[in-house]
Amino acid sequence: MVEFFTPSRRGVLKGGAALGAGLAAPTIFSSRVWAADYLNKPMGDTVTFGFNVPQTGAYADEGADELRAYELAVKHLNGEGDGGMLNTMKPLALTGNGVLGKKVAFVTGDTQTKSDAARASAKRMIEKDGAIMITGGSSSGVAIAVQSLCQEAGVIFMSGLTHSNDTTGKDKRRNGFRHFFNAYMSGAALAPVLKNAYGTDRKAYHLTADYTWGWSQEESIKNATEALGWETLEAVRTPLGAGDFSQYITPVLNSGADVLILNHYGKDMVNSLTQAVQFGLRDKQVNGKDFTIVVPLYSRLMAQGAGENVKGIFGSTNWHWSLQDEGSKAFVKSFGEEYGFPPSQAAHTCYVQALLYADACERAGTFMPCAVVGALEGHEFDGMGNGPTLYRAADHQCFKKVLVVKGNENPTSQFDILEVVQEVPVEQVTYDPAIFGGDLGECNNGA
Amino acid sequence: MDAILLQILNGLDKGGAYALIALGLTLVFGTLGVVNFAHGALFMLGAFCAVTVNQLIGLEQVTQDPTQLTPWGTPVEIREPYIVSWLGDTGLLILEYSVPVSILAAIPVMIVIGLVMERGLIQFFYKRPHAEQILVTFGLAIVLQEIIKTLFGANPLPQTPPDALRTAADVGVMFGFEPGQIVYPWWRLVYFLFAALVIGSVFAFLQLTTFGMVVRAGMADRETVGLFGIDIQKRFTVVFGLAAVVAGLAGVMYTPILPPDYHMGMDFLVLSFVVVVVGGMGSLPGAVAAGFLLGILQSFASMTEVKSIFPGIDQIIIYLVAVVILLVRPRGLMGRKGVMEG
Repeated sequence: MVEFFTPSRRGVLKGGAALGAGLAAPTIFSSRVWAADYLNKPMGDTVTFGFNVPQTGAYADEGADELRAYELAVKHLNGEGDGGMLNTMKPLALTGNGVLGKKVAFVTGDTQTKSDAARASAKRMIEKDGAIMITGGSSSGVAIAVQSLCQEAGVIFMSGLTHSNDTTGKDKRRNGFRHFFNAYMSGAALAPVLKNAYGTDRKAYHLTADYTWGWSQEESIKNATEALGWETLEAVRTPLGAGDFSQYITPVLNSGADVLILNHYGKDMVNSLTQAVQFGLRDKQVNGKDFTIVVPLYSRLMAQGAGENVKGIFGSTNWHWSLQDEGSKAFVKSFGEEYGFPPSQAAHTCYVQALLYADACERAGTFMPCAVVGALEGHEFDGMGNGPTLYRAADHQCFKKVLVVKGNENPTSQFDILEVVQEVPVEQVTYDPAIFGGDLGECNNGA
Repeated sequence: MDAILLQILNGLDKGGAYALIALGLTLVFGTLGVVNFAHGALFMLGAFCAVTVNQLIGLEQVTQDPTQLTPWGTPVEIREPYIVSWLGDTGLLILEYSVPVSILAAIPVMIVIGLVMERGLIQFFYKRPHAEQILVTFGLAIVLQEIIKTLFGANPLPQTPPDALRTAADVGVMFGFEPGQIVYPWWRLVYFLFAALVIGSVFAFLQLTTFGMVVRAGMADRETVGLFGIDIQKRFTVVFGLAAVVAGLAGVMYTPILPPDYHMGMDFLVLSFVVVVVGGMGSLPGAVAAGFLLGILQSFASMTEVKSIFPGIDQIIIYLVAVVILLVRPRGLMGRKGVMEG
């Protein structure tokens, strides 16, 4: 006997519900994508920026300063406060009324200075909070990881503090942009100053943090100093966060080296420098010369941790609050009035990145990532603290003056830790983008 | 030869820190049977005692100079420590010696912290499995370090040794080497001597006093000691306080070597735990011997000559030794028979 299918009331209801959910699914799960021509197109009267900074972990203080700068940038973009660098930025398409008529809102994420945590928080801000752009960070490992995520997702990434050559070298992406300088530029800027201070006949010993940024800086500084005639005796890799570096410093004592180059950042820099000074390296005479130490990448916040040990030690930095150009003065004034102390270089680069992105949207007339990429590529600007600057189209790296600094021998305040020795012109730090390889690829709108 | 001597010196001061932390860790395990993963946090809290004392002694009188303005238009602040304005050169001297002075403050503070930790939390986990003890003490360590981060920030806070001990000693000359051939920081030598002194004091306390004798008896057979009418638990609580003081003092004196930050306890905890395992859980001489042994081994493993043969050996040497010990002699170098061998 043939049995016919006789639908029950419950079965019909279940089937109907399932069919309804199935039909609705594409709009439920991807309405934001398909309703617009690019990911996270702002539909209301606000546009959301995603600030991804280290709020916990070793770089939390630097992250806090980045966040302060972003909040200040949002204020200025929305027409509040004294306007800061909006008063000095040239050319300027922004009007102090948000971006493209929309007020700027923001969400924050905690990178924890860990690549996986940083990617997770960026992903959350893009997918759940609808962030149109991700910016921030205090480590090259994080910057490279998040940049890659933003490329895949289809939003713009404006990196924070990242100094490895790889960020705009072998790991560069079309959707990613870096305002901060890099290790190559540090080497190119420092070399002539080191030559003047210490001559051309020197034997160097490198201690290098064993990760992408450390390798990158070691290579760049080696190339720059060897070109001066310096000999590299040894380059020893040290584990990140080693704490006690004594077992790496003792071999330096009788190695015949007369210069110790510390390719360390953050806590590692504070510890290795403090311990090197305690081991009497700065009081030593080797090869008839005074032994010296060089810290190629300085951060004022970190240098504070090393206390008096930084006095007289050369390094480089992206920006310093004591600069006297109009842009720097305007930013330091705004930041100082708001928070009671001067901004760090991390704060500066983040503030500038937020403004540059907003200005690019305004010039492009849209938030569409590929149009913003077009507006930023090859963009020339001034009044942002480092003189005339180019966002080079070939690798999305900013080219501007680099500062060579020295630990201040006679500080006048707790913030007066570094002294600007030289503002190295952009021509001296410019290089052929081909030397670091990589491919920008295509831009991605995420839709 | 000079390189070998330098690495031995390195190993001794590093080993001193390991031994001091491991000593307290193993003392607590031997008496209370608790695996205290918050012990590294006690080292960190000791270090922050030094930071706090330094900040208190260095409290500044802030006056404003209206003739000079900051870039953001407020008068420049002129700061001078109160102690200097009150006591002049004596105030400067006290500031300079703030780390040794901190020891006086750290002892009572660490006793209180130890007792509160033991009475307030750990006593409730004596009869619970080791896994639960580890979880709760590890959680406590995280809470303590987050509190410190909130109060003091995430950046390292450098503490300076007294001026006379800031430079390096020409140790080589004492052993017939050329001047300048073997130099070593004065403060690290002081740290090694301090570690030796504290370790000696703990052993003397346990070996030469009646209190120590009871504690040792309790470690060997808790129930029998109880049958004599002795409240061994109370004594073990005191031992927990003693372990906290030892870890705290190790932290205070380590601050000029390693600028303290909220995470320093965690950095030392894992290594110290390995030291305890290698020395033998509950064995005090084992902890001290293993502390110095592993400190020296770690220093030698960092030599370029060694690393050129075994790349990366400096990173794994301590764990490699622990693995070998656990395989060959699970109770550790000087551990009691049966412990960890079941």
